Amino acid sequence: MSAPAMVGRRDFIRVGAAIGGGLLVSLHLPSVGATGTALAAEEKDFAINAFVRIGADESVTVIAAHSEMGQGVYTSLPMLLNEELQADWSKIRVEAAPVDKIYNHPVFGIQMTGGSTTSPAEWERYRKMGAVARSMLVEAATQEWKVEPASCRVEKGVVIHDASGRRATYGSLANAAARLTPPTEIPLKDAKTFTVIGTPTRRLDTPSKTNVTAQFGLDVIVPGMLTAVVARPPVFGGHALKFDATDTLKVSGVKAVEQVPSGVAIIADRFWPAKVGRDKLKVEWDLGPNEVLSTEQMLRDFSELGKKPGTIAKKTGDPEAALKSAARTLTAEYDVPYLAHAMMEPLNCVVDLRADSCEIWTGTQFETVDQANAAKAAGLPPEKVKIHTTLLGGGFGRRANPASDFVVEAVHVAKAAKAPVKTVWTREDDLKGGWYRPMWHDQFVAGLDASGNPILWTHTIVGQSITQGTPFEPYTIKAGVDSTSVEGAADLIYGIPNLQVDLHSPKIGVPVQWWRSVGHSHTGFSVEAFLDEVAHAGGKDPYELRRTLLAKQPRMLAVLEMAAQKANWGTKLPAGVGRGIAAHFSFDSYVAQVVEASVEKNGTVHVHRVVCAVDCGRVINPDTVKAQMEGGIIFGLTAALKTEITLKEGRVVQGNFHDYQMLRIFESPQIEVHIVPSTENPTGVGEPGVPPAAPALANAIFAATGKRIRRLPIRASDLA
Amino acid sequence: MTSFFVNGKPVEVDVDPSTPLLWVLRDSLAMTGTKFGCGMALCGACTVHLDGKATRSCVAPLSRIEGKHVTTIEGLSDNLTHPLQKAWIEIDVPQCGYCQSGQLMSAAVLLAENSAPTDRDIDEAMGGNICRCGTYPRIRKAIHRAAELAREGRAK
Repeated sequence: MSAPAMVGRRDFIRVGAAIGGGLLVSLHLPSVGATGTALAAEEKDFAINAFVRIGADESVTVIAAHSEMGQGVYTSLPMLLNEELQADWSKIRVEAAPVDKIYNHPVFGIQMTGGSTTSPAEWERYRKMGAVARSMLVEAATQEWKVEPASCRVEKGVVIHDASGRRATYGSLANAAARLTPPTEIPLKDAKTFTVIGTPTRRLDTPSKTNVTAQFGLDVIVPGMLTAVVARPPVFGGHALKFDATDTLKVSGVKAVEQVPSGVAIIADRFWPAKVGRDKLKVEWDLGPNEVLSTEQMLRDFSELGKKPGTIAKKTGDPEAALKSAARTLTAEYDVPYLAHAMMEPLNCVVDLRADSCEIWTGTQFETVDQANAAKAAGLPPEKVKIHTTLLGGGFGRRANPASDFVVEAVHVAKAAKAPVKTVWTREDDLKGGWYRPMWHDQFVAGLDASGNPILWTHTIVGQSITQGTPFEPYTIKAGVDSTSVEGAADLIYGIPNLQVDLHSPKIGVPVQWWRSVGHSHTGFSVEAFLDEVAHAGGKDPYELRRTLLAKQPRMLAVLEMAAQKANWGTKLPAGVGRGIAAHFSFDSYVAQVVEASVEKNGTVHVHRVVCAVDCGRVINPDTVKAQMEGGIIFGLTAALKTEITLKEGRVVQGNFHDYQMLRIFESPQIEVHIVPSTENPTGVGEPGVPPAAPALANAIFAATGKRIRRLPIRASDLA
Repeated sequence: MTSFFVNGKPVEVDVDPSTPLLWVLRDSLAMTGTKFGCGMALCGACTVHLDGKATRSCVAPLSRIEGKHVTTIEGLSDNLTHPLQKAWIEIDVPQCGYCQSGQLMSAAVLLAENSAPTDRDIDEAMGGNICRCGTYPRIRKAIHRAAELAREGRAK
């Protein structure tokens, strides 16, 4: 039988040993703007800088400052670094960074993964780190050989002095290199000479994800660990008044039942007794003020609120005058529901809390935030909280929680458990647990001139602010407008001369959060679907109208044209099949998609084919870009066709994959992804594939049936 | 005490016989390759082979396992040599990777029963396995490729 997959304190003991041995180098790079740090290292590993370690065995370990949640950064970050380092790719390994300021996001200033920003933000830093390391390794060789660095070259992890025929491997030079002073000038390669960036590269994490070696948070086992589940209030904002654990404590394996701030924790030696124990627990809840919440009522309330003027987010031209002069006007209302992230790995967190330390293992996108929140909960200074970032079984934003809900709760459970403990969320806990993509309502007025061209576009948005009340508020909310509520709308990419976007941000007791593509997840749908309505109202082809309106947006225009061309826009399709197009700019990337779909008599929608074009600047790993577009499209189609979280009497109706259904393989269309080449700096990839999918499908359904989709998810009853 | 076989080796487990096999594997035997996704046989993340049949271990009580042979992802191959694992790597199927052991175990049963599955066969056999990252197009492609690799292997 295989041994338990233990993870322990070894890694941190190694730090001490390495520091004691004086093998670590504290690197100060003014251009990086962070102070040096000590790094975990095996005794025969040499930390050339905080981002790369080279072993005497020739292994090259790249330290990833960002979490791997499927988006491929455990491959793209090493690719960036190795463009300059030029080590043997087959020797490269990846390790999650510990929490340290040096790993802070170069733009956001905290250690985190999100906003489709890893590649854009790390575009320079990881290459610089590779260049510094290479320069030091070459210097170590030249000191030994007493030759000029310029007379040496490197190839696959070997420094070569051609004149004398001398060669030295990185592994043999690492110890000496680690003692050198890092260079202050770090010239980077000209993009024309890239050999790694832009080359299709197999993911480094795939082998581990096809057997058992990939370790997710839920797989972590620490010695003496218990497992807990938490009974949480059935209504958001409620709390436990009292509980009766008599029957729970009779379950063999249950160790304790304790109240924690978020509910009542059932702590057992394994998951199953904890879960069975929870089923037997009787809790009297104070449900608080949110028992009245109903999403049916909210739909009506949002629609009413949308008829009143909101806070102006954007105003250009003279919308009032344009409304008067328009030859005709068009109005429409759009609705999208609350959505859960539904990562395949339900939330979980392992905490080992001691009197003077707290060690945490979890898949998180938000290390700095979690460290601060966990420290507060533990009553310790942040530096006493160590976080081991595991692989994430999906993130989609849920594991970047401003309140660190699943981490803080696990710390409280650990306090109660008085032992290392893994807090596990069941699927029901995860889906009913809140922090949803907000419900959104969008109201539009378009004004068309006599030739059918749009001259006016007003867009009123109703929905909860994601960042209000969080530490991010000062950066995101300006003059009463949360930029994450209006992104994709206030920065409308189309050239319509008179534009107004306003916002209502009602406060509702449902916790909300960023969800893959954030505000674009609703504006992408509503804007692109309404634009299709405008095109048809003006007698224009939806593709041609977009081309006209994108005259001053060459990159989006090129993407749109590529998608249309590859999808044979304008050619005849089989009877009953419709073609829809949508384009959306998000996370600084340009994406257009064409969907082919048909609808059965009973209203069942079939998505046959999706053609996607993307311009995300310079591409690091083309296959990863394609994979992210494929995944983004399926994520978007799932929202279009399947999912909604609804509330009745304050209670979340959905609980598992029977009533919160995911798109499955037999519903998954043929997908083609085309990359528009670019020499601009890289932009986002993880999220921009999502927004165009739902509107392209809605527009295809209109083309097939003449029926407009203005509310997601699409219901067969609306189309039958 | 319940006795059964995991990947060919005999094991004995002394827990409540109503405990689902998934949690016996993960918590009692520390075999974490089999994943928890839903607990209701809705997502397929926990798929193992029970006497050669694809089974959702999250709803299979230990009492049903007595004397039976369980194959988990740990037993699919010793060293990434199963044609499915080769194809998965060649086509770079996984994204987050969490659902993939279940996907592979479902696909392994399909390939054992059907050496040249069509897209429709794949859709039917894999319809119970959810991938939230949306790797379905690659799963389909990789199963075709694995079938090809398996045929080539047999031809040698």
